[in-house]
Amino acid sequence: MKLVYFAWLRERLGVNEEMVDLPDDVQTIADLFGWLKQREEPYADVFEASDIIQVAIGKQHVLDRSTNIAGADEIALFPPMTGG
Amino acid sequence: MPEPRVLIQEEDFDIAAETKLLTGENKNIGAVVTFTGLCRDEDNRLSALELEHYPGMAEGEITRIAQEAITRFDLNGITAVHRYGKINPGENIVLVVAAARHRQAAFDGANFLMDFLKTRAPFWKKEHPRDGSTGDWVSAKDADDDALSKWLSE
Repeated sequence: MKLVYFAWLRERLGVNEEMVDLPDDVQTIADLFGWLKQREEPYADVFEASDIIQVAIGKQHVLDRSTNIAGADEIALFPPMTGG
Repeated sequence: MPEPRVLIQEEDFDIAAETKLLTGENKNIGAVVTFTGLCRDEDNRLSALELEHYPGMAEGEITRIAQEAITRFDLNGITAVHRYGKINPGENIVLVVAAARHRQAAFDGANFLMDFLKTRAPFWKKEHPRDGSTGDWVSAKDADDDALSKWLSE
């Protein structure tokens, strides 16, 4: 699965995107945040703010943290959007 | 149902040309509202803004919201152009052009699309301070969420 990051997440993690192999028990967005938080620094630190971090699955904005992520090709993680 | 014209681009846009393109030969349009968002220097504090976006999602989200504006306000057409990259104070960032038979629908359509763009279009702005220090990312404003909820509760 590909994870892509934007804005200060991208800067603080030091990567634009990465391929990850998720454990079988990571089923939902909430699980994904839990998994990211237990990775090495700077992940743990960055994902402490997971309440405000927004998610898009397949370029669709998803609000419900219980949404299943199985089979997703691309998940984006980013701060609240500031368009316009 | 008219299709929205949505452009995500690095280069500047031409307001008059976009307006003409939207109205075209349709002589039944009685109102065109254009909104242009510009880059501010925040009282001379900033030398530029850097706009990052999520390619693909930006086009998709804005198109979806623009289609909703057409349906909701019975517009004859709507155009949205959003720039990305480094933008200097005084330069254009975003353009919305809404066309309708009557003015209220055109005003509302443009207002609706702008309110959604602020919080639902995947763009992020980084400040470039004039003093050369490392700039901050512009944070989301509660006022923008409030503006959006106004449309959702109607």
